[in-house]
Amino acid sequence: MSSPEQWTHPEPGAGPAAEAAQPSPEQVIAGLRATSEGGEELTQLLTPEGERVHSSQFDPYIADIDDEALRGLYRDMVLVRRADREANAMQRQGQLGIWVPLLGQEAAQIGSGRAMRKTDMAFPSYREHGVAYARGVDLKEVLGIFRCTDHSSWDYKEHGFHPYCIVIGNQVLNATGYAMGQKFDGKVGDDDGEATITYFGDGATSQGDVHEGFVWAAVYDAPLVFFCQNNQWAISEPTERQSRLPLYQRARGYGFPGIRVDGNDVLACLAVTRWALEECRAGNGPVLIEAFTYRMDAHTTTDDPTRYRLSDELEEWKLKDPIERVRAYLARNGGADHDFFDQVQADADAFAEDLREYCFNMPEPPPERIFSNVYAENSPVLDAQREEFLSYLDGFAAAGEH
Amino acid sequence: MANEDIQKLTIGKAINLGLRRSMEANNRVIVMGEDVGKLGGVFRITDGLQKDFGEQRVLDTPLAESGIIGTAVGLAVRGFRPVCEIQFEGFIFPGFDQIVSQVAKLHYRTQGKVKMPIVIRVPFGGGIGAVEHHSESPESLFAHVAGLKVVSVSNAVDAYWGIQQAIDSDDPILFFEPKRLYHSGAMRAEVDTTATPDPLFKSRVVRSGDSVTVVAYGPSVKVALDAATAAEEEGKSLEVIDLRTLSPLDLGPVFESVRKTGRLIALSEAPSESSLTSEIAARVQQECFYSLEAPVLRVTGFDTPYPPAKLEEHYLPDLDRVLHAVDRSLGW
Ligand SMILES: Cc1ncc(C[n+]2csc(CCOP(=O)(O)OP(=O)(O)O)c2C)c(N)n1
Repeated sequence: MSSPEQWTHPEPGAGPAAEAAQPSPEQVIAGLRATSEGGEELTQLLTPEGERVHSSQFDPYIADIDDEALRGLYRDMVLVRRADREANAMQRQGQLGIWVPLLGQEAAQIGSGRAMRKTDMAFPSYREHGVAYARGVDLKEVLGIFRCTDHSSWDYKEHGFHPYCIVIGNQVLNATGYAMGQKFDGKVGDDDGEATITYFGDGATSQGDVHEGFVWAAVYDAPLVFFCQNNQWAISEPTERQSRLPLYQRARGYGFPGIRVDGNDVLACLAVTRWALEECRAGNGPVLIEAFTYRMDAHTTTDDPTRYRLSDELEEWKLKDPIERVRAYLARNGGADHDFFDQVQADADAFAEDLREYCFNMPEPPPERIFSNVYAENSPVLDAQREEFLSYLDGFAAAGEH
Repeated sequence: MANEDIQKLTIGKAINLGLRRSMEANNRVIVMGEDVGKLGGVFRITDGLQKDFGEQRVLDTPLAESGIIGTAVGLAVRGFRPVCEIQFEGFIFPGFDQIVSQVAKLHYRTQGKVKMPIVIRVPFGGGIGAVEHHSESPESLFAHVAGLKVVSVSNAVDAYWGIQQAIDSDDPILFFEPKRLYHSGAMRAEVDTTATPDPLFKSRVVRSGDSVTVVAYGPSVKVALDAATAAEEEGKSLEVIDLRTLSPLDLGPVFESVRKTGRLIALSEAPSESSLTSEIAARVQQECFYSLEAPVLRVTGFDTPYPPAKLEEHYLPDLDRVLHAVDRSLGW
């Protein structure tokens, strides 16, 4: 099979014979899907079997991750997975309007989320519950979005975590602007430099906003990490419906580095994101990370993936589970014992129980919330509309009193 | 008449069948959008079409609305008749530039040399308990743009015929579909596929009455009809008009009705400021000034972004708000 490099650099003067260099659809798909099982294309530090792979470039970025720290990353992933499953179940029970599952993407989210510093800023899309958790956002607040009591309620500044973005790709340009602002404020180039990271899917890479984000970040050398979670699907459409080239390779066309990391390997995601954020902080401009992962559940709870994907693919990816490999590594190397794993499971259950209880008792927003915060400065027209509506509602209350 | 000529269909199934008929009738008709192929669209409106017409007539497009509309423009220039699906109304805005700048203006700019036989299907409106951007009513924004035509269907018969008429039209048409009624059993209707349909750009009296006129479109037509049923019990008879066409507006039947009842309520889920209901109110006072017994009242969504869905029952005009307006109008 021809390599992606060949497709982008046809032999000069090859003439009509260049036709032969054109990949067949099968080759395109194979190229996009190839992870070479830990080969050159994919940065991996922990194999699916839980074997540590060494990398002279990236090992230094996780030199501080001893057994205790690794246990912490394991716990994070177990907790967010448990919370995700609980939310999924609550949606099925009618407690949430919809849920967007993160199952399978725990390593990409915890690894990259834990790579950030307090002063860094994240611009998520809508599936980043694990990143939210890593940024210290209470997942109860995330549930509010899906129970439809709020569009967003956490303090974005306190957590360095922007509101979720549902319109595909919008957040990428917003993040670019924020990162430009960090640079304009003189926050890059020294040790306490700042950086921004933005999250989006493989489908999102087709949007103009994402392309424009690449352009702007490049020409302004914005300290921005583009973190693409390639979970292989955009609802029913596979990656190959969005690109003929592995996504990380696109960065080259914009003039900044792109790297593909095993998105199911929390150590690799942590190391690569730390490296990328350092590049940004140092003033070297943007970096694109393609976290190669898989969405193990439906797109959302309204989706039916059996209509478009085969269970074989799912079975194959089950073998690459992000949590199991850390567990295997810890167990094999004596980094954790049964008691630890049992305790984490118990903590996760308690965490989920707490979420469930909160969700069931979540207060309903009052009707006047409809009118609040439309503007920073009041609008007389809207004020009048609110008064009129509230007195209309009062009419019902009064009528019900006798 | 053969039995298969009359089918009991939901709005969703009616659009599906209408699309199928248009694709059979003209092989230049292509359906394009996100997830419209294998999945049959997130609402399953294009279900089965790719299987029967192939991947070149039913395109699962990359995830980009500007791309969907912009390439539809080029395809139309090339002689195709693209039917674009926008997944939810809140995601039409990345394609807004192409719609306003190219779709709406090419015919004018080229003095008629370039035609834009493009249909843009937009599931719209609230009441499905969704998260942000999935419940809006942006139709007035498009009605405001010269060069576009905008329609909205409220029932299965219009859905079946309307989509075919829109595809047949040489003008670009925004086709707003009431998503919360797509699969509603209550809105299932008998569609006679051999009938002669009403013209697309005509509004229609769907219930006659003589106390107050209510004009509505899309999902609000059902609200208006329910209100009329409730009002009847109180001895008030509402005349309900389904606008059907939002641009060009066909207000003839509304004027006629107002001359009879002397009262008008314009009903819509969209915010009211600078909207279709504003336009209706302005035109009715201009045309029917001497017949009006009360000011034209509007029952609409509020001038706020669409709220979190836990509040949508307050935001969306319901039967009670319509009846309240009826009382106000009659009490003038
Ligand atoms: C502008 C826009 N168009 C369409 C949608 C509907 N939609 C929501 S998610 C999605 C697929 C996104 O896929 P991808 O970018 O790969 O992210 P993933 O959900 O896989 O994480 C689509 C089409 C949307 N939210 N925004």
